[in-house]
Amino acid sequence: MTAISLIPPGLPLVLGALLLPLCTARLRALLVLGLPLLVLALVWQLPAGAVLSIDFLGHELAPLSDSKLARLFATVFAIMAFAGGLFGLNHMRVAELSAAMISAGSAIGIAFAGDLVTLLVFWEALALASTLLVWSTRTPQSRDAGLRYLVLHLFGGVLLLAGIIGQVAATGSVAFTAMALDSPAQWLILAGFLINAGAPPLSAWLPDAYPEASPGGMVALSAFTTKAAVFVLLTGFPGADILIAFGLYMVFYGIVYALLENDMRRILAYSIINQVGFMIVGIGIGTEMALNGAAAHAFTHIIYKALLLMSAGSVLYMTGKRKCTDLGGLFQSMPLTAICGIIGALAISSFPLTSGFISKSMISQSAADQHLTFVWFMLVAASAGVFLHAGIKFPWFVFFQKDSGLRPPDPPLNMRLGMILFAFLCIALGAWPAPLYNLLPYPVDYAPYTYAHVISMLQLLLFSGLAFFIMLPYLKRTLTITLDWDWFYRRLLPRAACPLVRALDAWQRRCSIDTLRHISHFLGALFLYHGPQGVLARTWATGSMVLWVVILLGIYLLAYYF
Amino acid sequence: MKPHWLVRPGSIRLLWIVFLCILALTVLAGLLVHPHAAFGIDGSFGFYTWFGFASCIALIIVAKLLALLLKRKDTYYDGD
Repeated sequence: MTAISLIPPGLPLVLGALLLPLCTARLRALLVLGLPLLVLALVWQLPAGAVLSIDFLGHELAPLSDSKLARLFATVFAIMAFAGGLFGLNHMRVAELSAAMISAGSAIGIAFAGDLVTLLVFWEALALASTLLVWSTRTPQSRDAGLRYLVLHLFGGVLLLAGIIGQVAATGSVAFTAMALDSPAQWLILAGFLINAGAPPLSAWLPDAYPEASPGGMVALSAFTTKAAVFVLLTGFPGADILIAFGLYMVFYGIVYALLENDMRRILAYSIINQVGFMIVGIGIGTEMALNGAAAHAFTHIIYKALLLMSAGSVLYMTGKRKCTDLGGLFQSMPLTAICGIIGALAISSFPLTSGFISKSMISQSAADQHLTFVWFMLVAASAGVFLHAGIKFPWFVFFQKDSGLRPPDPPLNMRLGMILFAFLCIALGAWPAPLYNLLPYPVDYAPYTYAHVISMLQLLLFSGLAFFIMLPYLKRTLTITLDWDWFYRRLLPRAACPLVRALDAWQRRCSIDTLRHISHFLGALFLYHGPQGVLARTWATGSMVLWVVILLGIYLLAYYF
Repeated sequence: MKPHWLVRPGSIRLLWIVFLCILALTVLAGLLVHPHAAFGIDGSFGFYTWFGFASCIALIIVAKLLALLLKRKDTYYDGD
């Protein structure tokens, strides 16, 4: 019994992923859909508080350490792996499906990691698997974006590793517990976590890389990396004040950049950062209600963001187009995709009866309870902004707006089923929040459906909608991008490095010319004295040898006398 | 072919009227809310209506100002 119950639940996904390329298509589908369900079963049969510990080089590793928070995240990761697999089954490459399963398994591994070493191993596996997902479309754009993604995440991994080494050296323990941010090592760990969360200044990797993945690839990417980062921040740094500032920046950065964006999936990528910002504010506030809110929001966000990306991915799959300027009017021929996209858009905007309503409001309520006036007003303004940039902008420009003349049908059955499943969950979680509330780490003392809350949310959102349609002429899409911090490493540094590289190149060439001249001088001298005609290589007559011996003996004799 | 019901000018006008009616209803429904404000102003009548509206306008203006500085053609990085 205990032997079965203590299998780290992420493991079957990672190992199963390696088998996928060896399977027939039918068996592959069975594994892609069956393994996430097996993982769910493994998660929920764990005895409460189970710990599997292994002695390794004198440290106690805990590849499986159960907690309510770990179960919550592992559950949603497994649900996501199932729905993502279902959605991608018809169009994702085999290697891509494997990479998606490895990233799901790694994210679940992170959720159950009780020590920093296990955490790091799964952290790096997640980065590598995600890079493969970006690369899977095999376009020059995805190759470059994937490379940038990899470099940044390996950099984050190095920060994390350095922090972990410092932490272990200082405390002697590898345990992964809440940290007080009182040593440089812990700051390094925080920095490593924040890079994966999409925090400033290194956030541009997300809208840069994710939209280059395939439709199903981006669905998988959206769920694991940033939310695994939310999980480790929840575990490691609850109540760290600095996170409030990071979170608020991300919330507004996401809105403003999404408002200016033309690529539909990049709009949704910016809105991932926006939503993770809400969670990070909640972690920074750090009360039980705020942490519950952040955890609940991660759960609901994974589902509605995946739904939005499935909707956008279906449009991309059926039309091959990704820019709002090329799209529009698709509700006529893709009604199911449009309805599912709208349900996802309502959920991300926290409309009553959708999942966002019951999770995000816990975060703003906790800000009010702590009398964080500025934070609360910013969060309310941002809630309005979410409706603006994701809630209306995405469905409006893709499915309505002008008539693009495109009349593609809804996508194939498996993609439709994936969308229907998640659209159902968005509404079910919103209408019956109790099951989710029971999974949260702390007891929930919060009732989302009060008359005042429903009315105030409706007022906020509907008047944001009014603002959108009044300002519509100013929101017209153009063929533009908006520069981000990545300009520094994509444009400034390479350009600044250019003269330096040229100078180094010239210097190296001059050096090599000089060196060659010196070497040839040296060889010439060597040849002069030691070559066939050289003075030191000549054959000497025996007579001259005798003469020199006589002279030497003569000098010796003279020296002896005096 | 007749255009879809949703895109006919008549229906768009109708949708606007319905939308404005719903807006008015939510404002009126606010009268029945028992105010329990955390900061004072958020309990005032219609706070969420004007705050939501103003936030969105402000966000759009900020975005447009930022765009003046940071907007580039979407081929900007091509060839790098």
